[in-house]
Amino acid sequence: MSGHSTYEPKTGFERWLDSRLPIVRMAYDSVVAFPTPKNLNYWWTFGGILAFCLGMQIVTGIVLAMHYVPHVDYAFNSVERIMRDVNYGWLIRYVHANGASMFFIAVYIHMFRGLYYGSYKAPREVLWILGCVIYLLMMATAFMGYVLPWGQMSFHGAVVITNLFGALPVVGPSITTWLWGGFAVDDPTLNRFFSLHYLLPFMIAGVVGLHIWALHVPGNNNPTGVNVKSAQDTVPFHPYYTVKDGFAVSVFVLMFAVFVFYMPDALGHSDNYIKANPLVTPTHIVPEWYFLPFYAILRALPNKLAGVLAMFGAIASLFVLPWLDTSKVRSMRYRPTAKLYFFIFVLACIALGFCGAKLPDDPVIPGVTSFQLMDADLNSFVWLSRIAALYYFAYFWVITPLLGLTETPLPAPESISSPVLSHPATTPAGAVASPEKRG
Amino acid sequence: MADTVVGANPDPHASGSSLVEGDPNRRDFIHIAATVAAVGAVGALAWPLIDQMNPAGDTLALASIEFDLSKVVEGQQVVVKWRGKPLFVRYRTAKEIEAAIKDDHADMRDPATDESRHKPGKAQWLILIGTCTHLGCVPTFGGGEYGGWFCPCHGSVYDTAGRIRKGPAPLNLVLPDYSFLSDSKIKVG
Repeated sequence: MSGHSTYEPKTGFERWLDSRLPIVRMAYDSVVAFPTPKNLNYWWTFGGILAFCLGMQIVTGIVLAMHYVPHVDYAFNSVERIMRDVNYGWLIRYVHANGASMFFIAVYIHMFRGLYYGSYKAPREVLWILGCVIYLLMMATAFMGYVLPWGQMSFHGAVVITNLFGALPVVGPSITTWLWGGFAVDDPTLNRFFSLHYLLPFMIAGVVGLHIWALHVPGNNNPTGVNVKSAQDTVPFHPYYTVKDGFAVSVFVLMFAVFVFYMPDALGHSDNYIKANPLVTPTHIVPEWYFLPFYAILRALPNKLAGVLAMFGAIASLFVLPWLDTSKVRSMRYRPTAKLYFFIFVLACIALGFCGAKLPDDPVIPGVTSFQLMDADLNSFVWLSRIAALYYFAYFWVITPLLGLTETPLPAPESISSPVLSHPATTPAGAVASPEKRG
Repeated sequence: MADTVVGANPDPHASGSSLVEGDPNRRDFIHIAATVAAVGAVGALAWPLIDQMNPAGDTLALASIEFDLSKVVEGQQVVVKWRGKPLFVRYRTAKEIEAAIKDDHADMRDPATDESRHKPGKAQWLILIGTCTHLGCVPTFGGGEYGGWFCPCHGSVYDTAGRIRKGPAPLNLVLPDYSFLSDSKIKVG
């Protein structure tokens, strides 16, 4: 898509088609001849893995919809019927349910990759924002999909999430009623969630198309963060990255299969095998693991509206990141200080996820009560999540803007090829701006 | 007719220069009118598609319910489903009422006296919508340090009058519209 097309129709039919619908040309230019930086590492394979996940979810989802009944009286039993009676239903449902978790594992790695290597910086801001849109759509899709089996966690998860909108002043209650289609989460809610759960993956696929389009205009970022300078810095996408991505997908599928065949319910919650009961909330209600960090932020604040705003703000911060980062150096390979703060950020996200799964008042270190400060018990998950949430926001709004102005980055290589040629395994990353190439 | 008029007698204001001068002419008017009409039409078309998600007629027509209080013994709570949500019917003990009145002037997020939480002369009957005002979970009976309810989702604690005492919930448990039909029968809704 960038630069000249090198496609040459070989057969008469291809020539005929090329002058009418140049679709083979488009495919050739974007997945065969596309010039790709030659130094991409395995962190760059997660785009392909995500495309695989999306395809898998759509295929298994369409099949499941052939057997599922979106009605409060039948939904739970229809899922049980899929598990017990439908041919290979158990396999298809376990692939779909675990596939959602695999999708999120991949997307989080993909996002952290972008953060670390500065892939969100100019000229890739639109590419990054489209990615954030995909992530939002994924969260909406996953949430609505989790409601469909109509188990206890499905139902009460739906109650909690829809009530989040009730925190908005003035319009909140009308919005929740509108989302519910009634006075509570009930049959109308289940029906519309099913309808939207079927729709949104195709919207994701559409935005993925835009995401790839926006990727192919500037081309891939790469581990050095240095722009492609010449054809020497690139290799054609096929066979180099089709093979590399293919290998990564195969390894990923192995891990996926371990979950599907050996611990299919490890990532779920046993309470969701109890049919929804609006009158009893499970004693310990938690969302799926991929929402836990945001759930912890929600609970970290003692005020309902503030908690909801902080949770949405945590996602909104991602959207504006390209304009918060003042550093001109893309890759953190050459930003040792930023690298340190980045790894603390990763730890803070993991800590938030950990806190989200625990009861807020439980002690972090059991048996220790010496962290009492006035009436606050600092040895509690709610306080750990407060500290981690504070760091989360500080990373985006304070550390990232200030670091770019104050830090001294290491010299970045002149081109992608120079560190590759001087062998990074034996040369420290900072020294690869090889002096012999200067001047 | 309009065509022939314009064709035969070109509008002197219809050139680009008139726009620079900010002189509205008939063509500007047509543009604005067409845009307004198009936006109005889109809005009119969008509204049914948005409003269809609001509660349907049969959902709104959910009848009010009657409940026989003689089924509840002192100290007990019965949960009834009303409009898809749990309704708490609690027969409070004298001790619980006393505790609630004692705290009438305690520091509370949503101050309310115990008197305002029940019908006059019916202090033993507490009728509440059983969804936490935080995010709608169902609080558990008898939990929390105030002897009222404890919400398992995010740790909100309500006292024996259903008032919020601790945790993230902003408001007291909501009182439904209800009335006593007789000493032992209420009508909710």
